[in-house]
Amino acid sequence: MNNSLATLLPGLIVLSSMVPGAMIFLVREESHLLRTVLNLFGAVLKLLLVGVMVWAVWQGNELESRLVIAPGLELVLHADALSVLFATLSTVLWLITTIYAIGYLEHSPNRSRFFGFFSLCVSATVGIALAGNLLTFVIFYEILTLATYPLVAHRGTPEATRGAKIYLAYTLTGGLLLLVGAVWLRTLTGPVDFVEGGVLSGMPPELHGQLIAIFALLLAGLGVKAAIVPLHGWLPQSMVAPAPVSSLLHAVAVVKAGAFGIVRVVYDVYGVTFASELGLLAVLSVLASVTIVYGSLMAMTQDGLKTRLAYSTVSQVSYIALGASLLGPVATIGGLVHLVHQGIMKITLFFCAGNYAETLGVHKVSQMDGVGRRMPWTTLAFTVGALGMIGIPPIAGFVSKWYLGLGAVEAEQHWVLLILAASTMLNAGYFLPILYRAWFRPLPEAWPKEHVFDTRFETMGALLWPPVITAVLCLVAGLLAAAPFSPLEWAQLIAKREYGL
Amino acid sequence: MGAQFLFGGVGVVLFVLGLWSFLVHAPLLRKVIALNIMGSGVFHVLIAVAYRGDTAPPDPVPHALVLTGIVVAVSATALALTFGGRLMDMDKDGTDDA
Amino acid sequence: MTPESAFDSAALDNLLAAPLVLAIMLPLLGSALTTALPRLAPLLGTLIAVGTAGAAIWTTVAVWTRGPIHLVLGGWDPSLAIALRADGMAAALVLMANLVGLAISVYALGYFRAPDRAQSFWPLWLLLWAALNGLFLAGDLFNLYVMLELLGLAAAALGALTGSRDAITANLRYLLVGLVASLTYLFGVALLYTAYGTLDIGLLSSAIAADEPSPLDAAALTLMVAGLAMKSALFPLHFWLPPAHASAPAPVSAALSALVVKAAFYLILRLWLDLFEPILDLSASMLLGLLGAGAVLWGSWQALRAERLKLLAAYSTVAQIGYLFLFFPLLAATPPGPSRDNLLAALLLMALTHGFAKAGFFMAAGLVQTNAGHDRIDDLGGTAQRLPATTFAIALAGSALIGLPPSGSFIGKWLLMQGAIETGQWWWVVVGTLGTLLSAAYIFRVLSRAFGLEPTPIKFVTDARAEVPALMLSLVSVAVLGLASGPLWTLLGLNASGGGA
Repeated sequence: MNNSLATLLPGLIVLSSMVPGAMIFLVREESHLLRTVLNLFGAVLKLLLVGVMVWAVWQGNELESRLVIAPGLELVLHADALSVLFATLSTVLWLITTIYAIGYLEHSPNRSRFFGFFSLCVSATVGIALAGNLLTFVIFYEILTLATYPLVAHRGTPEATRGAKIYLAYTLTGGLLLLVGAVWLRTLTGPVDFVEGGVLSGMPPELHGQLIAIFALLLAGLGVKAAIVPLHGWLPQSMVAPAPVSSLLHAVAVVKAGAFGIVRVVYDVYGVTFASELGLLAVLSVLASVTIVYGSLMAMTQDGLKTRLAYSTVSQVSYIALGASLLGPVATIGGLVHLVHQGIMKITLFFCAGNYAETLGVHKVSQMDGVGRRMPWTTLAFTVGALGMIGIPPIAGFVSKWYLGLGAVEAEQHWVLLILAASTMLNAGYFLPILYRAWFRPLPEAWPKEHVFDTRFETMGALLWPPVITAVLCLVAGLLAAAPFSPLEWAQLIAKREYGL
Repeated sequence: MGAQFLFGGVGVVLFVLGLWSFLVHAPLLRKVIALNIMGSGVFHVLIAVAYRGDTAPPDPVPHALVLTGIVVAVSATALALTFGGRLMDMDKDGTDDA
Repeated sequence: MTPESAFDSAALDNLLAAPLVLAIMLPLLGSALTTALPRLAPLLGTLIAVGTAGAAIWTTVAVWTRGPIHLVLGGWDPSLAIALRADGMAAALVLMANLVGLAISVYALGYFRAPDRAQSFWPLWLLLWAALNGLFLAGDLFNLYVMLELLGLAAAALGALTGSRDAITANLRYLLVGLVASLTYLFGVALLYTAYGTLDIGLLSSAIAADEPSPLDAAALTLMVAGLAMKSALFPLHFWLPPAHASAPAPVSAALSALVVKAAFYLILRLWLDLFEPILDLSASMLLGLLGAGAVLWGSWQALRAERLKLLAAYSTVAQIGYLFLFFPLLAATPPGPSRDNLLAALLLMALTHGFAKAGFFMAAGLVQTNAGHDRIDDLGGTAQRLPATTFAIALAGSALIGLPPSGSFIGKWLLMQGAIETGQWWWVVVGTLGTLLSAAYIFRVLSRAFGLEPTPIKFVTDARAEVPALMLSLVSVAVLGLASGPLWTLLGLNASGGGA
C-alpha cells in the first residue's frame, strides 16, 4: 500500500464526515437538495474509504495518522483489526440511517442543525474507533458527547431539554472521570499507544494499587456511555430524541463507544491476562451480569416501545463487556461479534419503532395490536430483530450467545451460563408479547395518528427500506457467519491478534 | 542620614494612613483624598531613596518617577471626580440616562 | 568586524526595534488622531487597528525567528532608559491581544452605530490598546507602572461608556480599586529601587539572585503581587470585576475580560518567574494556588447562579483567572526540565485560550443582548435560536471555557492535572474537576435555551460584521489552540522533545 495513503487514510476517514457536517450547518434551511447531496456524499465517501481500510488491514498493513498537538501529546488515529470492526459498523449504519433520517425528518424544523450535528457524531464515533491512544480516545469521546447533546434536545420540547440535560450530566461527569484516569495513567507510563496484548503487564508490583484505582476511574467513565448499572440512568431519558437519533446513537454510536472503550482498556492497555491477574475482570463480569439481568427486568415493565428497547439496550450492550471480562479467546470473540450483531439488530428495532410512530402514531406496546397486518414489512423486520435478540438461530444474536456460552465454559465460569439463560428467558418475556400482539391480535378501529403516504408501500420508502436492509443483514450475519469478512471472522482475527495466537 | 529615614518613615506612615482611610470611608471625595495621600507616601519614599548625602547630587531617577507619578495621580483624580460629578448630576435630575 | 557589517547590524537592530515601537506608538498616535478628527474616528481607528495588529504579528515573527529581543530606546544607559523587550511569553500574549483587539475593532464598527458613541469609543480603545502592548513589551518596572495606570484609566473610562448609573458606579469602583492596586505596586517598586538602585527587570533579576534573600525583597514582593492580584481580580479581591465587566458595552467587556485582566496576571507571572523565584519557597506559591482554587470554585458557582448572561461571563472570568494561579505551586514543586516546560506552556496556553474564548463569548453575548433587548438568561430562548452563528460562537467559546476537547484549555488542563499528579499535589485535580463540572453546568444552562419551539432560522449568519469576529475568535480558541499547540513551545523556546513523565 502506498505509504502516504497509509498515513493519511485514517485522518481522511474522520474528516470525510466532519467536513460535510460543518458545511451542512451553513446550508440554508430550504435547500433540501444541497443538504441531501452533502449528506450522502459524506456517507458514501466514508464507506468507500473504510472499504479501502478494511482491505488494507486484512492484508496486514499498518495505517496510522499522527498529529502532534504539543510535545508528548499526540493525536493518533490507528487502524487495527478492532478499530476496523467498529469503524465499519458505524459507517455502514450511518449511510442507512442517513437515508432513514432524510425521510423521517422531511418537513420538520431545524434540519441543517440536525444533520450538521449528526455528521459530527459519526465523525466522533469513527474517531473513537480509530483512536490510537487514550488522549485521542478521550478527545473524540468528549466530542461525541457534545455532538449528541443537540440531537437529544433537538425537538425543543421541555421533555427533550430535560432528557438532554440528564444525558449531559451523566456523560460529562463520566468523561471527566475518564480524563482523570487517562492523565493519571499517563503519569505512570509516559506517552503510550494502544498495543494488542496490552502495555502494562511489565509495571512493578508497587504500582498495582494505583493501576486498580485507574481502572476504576476509566471503567466509571466508560461505563456511563456503555450504560452499565448503576450508570445507565440517562439512556431511557434520552429516548425523547427523534427515532434516527435513538437508532444510530443509542443503539450504535454512544453506547458502543463506551463498550468499545472497555474492550480497548481491557485488551490494549491493561492486557487481558494482566487485568485478570489484578482481579479486574471478576469485577467487570459481575457488573456486566447485573446489568444484563437488571436491564431485561426493567424492559419487561415498560409500556413505551422505545423505552423498552432502551432497557433492552442497557442489557444487551453489557454482553460486550461480559465477553471482555472472561479470560479466553472464545469469549472475546463472543463479545466482539456482539458489538456488531447487537448494533444491526437494535437499529432494526429502532427503525421499526420509528416507522410505527411516524406512520400510525403508535408509541406504546399496548397500542400495537394488529400492526403486523397494517405494516407487514416493518413488522417482519421487527420480528427478525426481536428473535435475533432472544438468540434464536440462525439470526445473528444466536452466534454471539453461542460464543459467549462457550467462552464461559472455557474460562470455567459456569455461572455465566445461568446469566445467559436467564437473560434469554427475559428477552423472550419482553419481545414475544409484542410479536404476539403485532401478528395475532385484531386491528383497532383507528390508529392513534395515522399518516397516509402517497406510495404503494405501507409507509414512505425512505422509512421502509432501511429496517428491511438491516433485518436482512441480521440474517446474513447469522447464516453466513463463517464467510470471509463476516463479523465473526473478523472477531476471530482480532482475538487471534490479542492473544498472540 | 536622619533626614532620609525621616522622609522614608513618613512616607510609609502616609501610605498606611491613606490606605486605612480609603478602606473605612465611604464618600467618594474622602476616598480620592485618601488615594492621593497614599500616593504622597510612595513619593516620599522615592524622594528619600534619591538622597545620596549632603554633598553628592541626588539620584535623578526617583525624581523622574515622582514627577511621572504626580501626573498620573492628577489624571486619575480628575477621572474619578468626573465620574463622581456625573453620579451627582444624575441624583439631582433623578434620571438614569446620559 | 568590517564597517559594512557594523552598519548591517545597526540596521538589523532598527529593524528589530521597529515592530515593538510601532505596536505601542501606532495606537497611541491613533488615539490622538481620533480625538482630533472625531468624524473620521471609525475609519482611522480601523486602519490603526490593522496596522497595530500587523506590528504585533511582525513582533511575534521576529521573536520566532531570532529569539528574545531586548531594546534600549534612545541609546541611554539601561538603568536610566526606557527598555523594551519581547521574549516568547510576551510575543505570545501580544499576538493574542492584538488579534483579539482587531476582532473587537471590527465588531465595534457594527456595535457603535451612533456617531457620538463611536467618537468616544475609538480614542479610549486605542489608548487602552497602546497601554496593553506597552505592558507586554515593557522591560522595566516603572514603565510597567505607567502602562498599568494608563490601562486602568482607559479601561474605567471605556467601561462607563454606556453612561448608565450602574456602569458609572461599577467603573468608579473599578477605577478606585485599580488606583489602590497600582499605588501598592508602586510602593513595592520603590522598595526594590531602594535595595538595588535599578528598575530594569534583567538587571534586577541577576541582582536579586546574587543577594541573600532580605526582608525588603519579601516586602516588595508582597506589595507588588498584592497590587497586581487586585488588578487581576484574584479571589477574594475580585469583587469589583463582575459589575464592571457586566455593565460595560460588549466590545469593552470583551477587552476587559479577555485582555486587561490578563495583562495584570502576566505581570505577576513575570515578576514571579524573573525576579523572585530564587527567594520563594513553596508556601508562597501554595497560597496563590489556594486563592486560585477559591476563585475557580467561587467564580464558577456565582456564574452558575447569575441571572444575566454578561454577569455569568464576568464571573466565569474570575474562575478562569483562578485556574491560572493553580499553576504556581506546581511550577514551584517541579524541577527545571520537560515537565516544568510543559507546565509553563500549559499555563500560557490556558491564558491564550481564555483570551480568545472570553472575547468571543462576550461579543456573542452582546449581540444576543442587542437583539433581545436584554440579557436575562431565562428569557433568551427565542433569540438564541434566531441567531445560529452567535449561538455557535457561544457554544464553541463555552466549550473552551469548560476545557472540553479539542480546545486549548483542554490541553492546558490535561497538563495541569498531569503536573499535579506528578508532584503529588492531587488536590488540584479535585479542584480542576469540580471547576470543570460547574463551568459545564453554567455554559449549558445558557446553551439549553437555544433549543425551543421557535421557527427555524433561515440563514446561519445574520449580521456578518458582528457575528463573524465572534465566531472566528471562538474557533481559534477551540480548533487552532487545541489541535496545534506545539508552536507555543517553540515560541517560548522550551525543550520541545520532552515527553512529560
